[in-house]
Amino acid sequence: MSTAITEKRPSTLRGASLPKWSPYAIAAGSVALGLGISAAAGLDSSIQWVLIAGLLFVLGTYAIAARVEGRRQAKDRVATALVWVAFLLAVVPLVSLVWSTVSRGVKVLDIYFLTHSMGLVADSEPGGGIYHAIIGSLEQVGLATLIAAPIGVLTAIYLVEYGRGKLAKAVTFFVDVMTGIPSIVAGLFILSIMLMFDMQPFGFAGSLALAILMMPVVVRSTEEMLKLVPNELREASLALGIPKWRTILKVVIPTSLGGITTGIMLAIARIAGETAPVLLLVWGNSLINSNPFEGAQQSLPLYIYQQYANSAGSGAAYDRAWAASLTLIAFVMILNLVARGIARWKAPKTGR
Amino acid sequence: MAKRIDVSGLTAYYGSHKAIEDISMTVEPRSVTAFIGPSGCGKSTFLRTLNRMHEVTSGGRVEGKVLLDDEDLYGQGIDPVSVRREVGMVFQRPNPFPTMSIFDNVAAGLRLNGSYKKSELSEVVEKSLKGANLWNEVKDRLNKPGSGLSGGQQQRLCIARAIAVEPKVLLMDEPCSALDPISTLAIEDLIGELKERFTIVIVTHNMQQAARVSDRTAFFNLAAVGQPGKLIEIDETERIFSNPSVQATEDYISGRFG
Repeated sequence: MSTAITEKRPSTLRGASLPKWSPYAIAAGSVALGLGISAAAGLDSSIQWVLIAGLLFVLGTYAIAARVEGRRQAKDRVATALVWVAFLLAVVPLVSLVWSTVSRGVKVLDIYFLTHSMGLVADSEPGGGIYHAIIGSLEQVGLATLIAAPIGVLTAIYLVEYGRGKLAKAVTFFVDVMTGIPSIVAGLFILSIMLMFDMQPFGFAGSLALAILMMPVVVRSTEEMLKLVPNELREASLALGIPKWRTILKVVIPTSLGGITTGIMLAIARIAGETAPVLLLVWGNSLINSNPFEGAQQSLPLYIYQQYANSAGSGAAYDRAWAASLTLIAFVMILNLVARGIARWKAPKTGR
Repeated sequence: MAKRIDVSGLTAYYGSHKAIEDISMTVEPRSVTAFIGPSGCGKSTFLRTLNRMHEVTSGGRVEGKVLLDDEDLYGQGIDPVSVRREVGMVFQRPNPFPTMSIFDNVAAGLRLNGSYKKSELSEVVEKSLKGANLWNEVKDRLNKPGSGLSGGQQQRLCIARAIAVEPKVLLMDEPCSALDPISTLAIEDLIGELKERFTIVIVTHNMQQAARVSDRTAFFNLAAVGQPGKLIEIDETERIFSNPSVQATEDYISGRFG
């Protein structure tokens, strides 16, 4: 497939090496071979030839490089090839997911869709929108953040700055356990309390379940960020005669604020897509209900699920579900961008 | 306003490990006292007991007395925060607050203590930066971050930050060990000026530095690794470097140690 540069020099530092274009040639060769093999064997799934091509690429790289350059360089090239194959395998589903969501979602996504509810539209008919779901999602996620972010950050501050001994260990343990709680269990927990007091579904109940899911994520990320603050800064502050609480408030937190915000934003992104607790506790509603403390509400992930499940195969409902998915992805993406912006803006300055 | 320090029978622990044992000495006001000795002999630990920073380390605990003008720092009802306002500290590595500008770094002590008048703040900052011989270099960029300065400038910024709260004593833990000779010279000159106003205690590995800047020198040593460090002797710097009374001191100073 490729020719080696085999001019012999007396140098001991320079060995034979493959030309620069050889990886591309091997890649092209293995793709062609992969297509050929799958055509010959009558495999019609595109996943199969991609996997065959990936395997051929790694094996081919090793065989050719071992021949020309020696075993050590061959191992190096195989590691590089593996990294590339893994990267492509990871990117392919991501790109295809974003692509299919965007291409199917833009069909009905317009201002009308964003500003109207499903109040007068049956699930199987075209029209309607997600205004009620956006309102519900924003309120439920916002309230959950208001509860979980302060508790989570304060817990992390306790663990890093004050926590010694058994209590801190117990808290760490329970935070770890909480990280593993399935969202439906958090929903059932709140539901059992609701049933005890004989309450009807309402938005804030969903917020409580989401807060349970969000808290451990916030604690973990904030803890890591606080641990990154050098101890020397704390000591410098204490040595100036600044009390510990002011040291934490004015030196430690500002230094790690960017990271803490990013952590909270990522936690929000995680709970914004939760469906199970919302289904149990908020129920869903095709009308606009902007009061999270009374009556069933809608939320974006729940809306997507219900459009898909209750539509009886109607194309209009599928279109709405895709458009709502696109809105949800956009919402999470905007949050991530905001988090990155804040992280960059608040990062410790190094300029001269 | 400089104060005298009287230490008697001071022993410090890290958990169950005894780091220094039974140290007694007097540090005169308006003078420079240097601590020298091999690594791990407890110089820095002893320094940190003088402003109650030792107990910030987990497991850190102290027995004995440290009198600051007749008041025991480890007495009942003494607030460590107030102690640290009287006894300032400069660390080995320059550590300006990365989120703050040069101005805010110097003002940090006053601002975060809450004990200042707004009108005086810029005056104090200017005075402190001049006191640390940094004013001319940074007066045009007071609003730039402190971490953008060079290592030597950062260390002088940290000194300015420490003297801005007007401590009575200034402790310096190897303040020049991360700096080049020119910045070291700048800091040494500064120490000479600061001793007019403060009581200065400096830990150093550099014996020439101790000989250059200090009035009195204390030599610390430890019997073996794992043993607590002890004060071997403290005397006029000239005597320590010319005619020490203990053989171990002479061995260390002349490089015949160990």
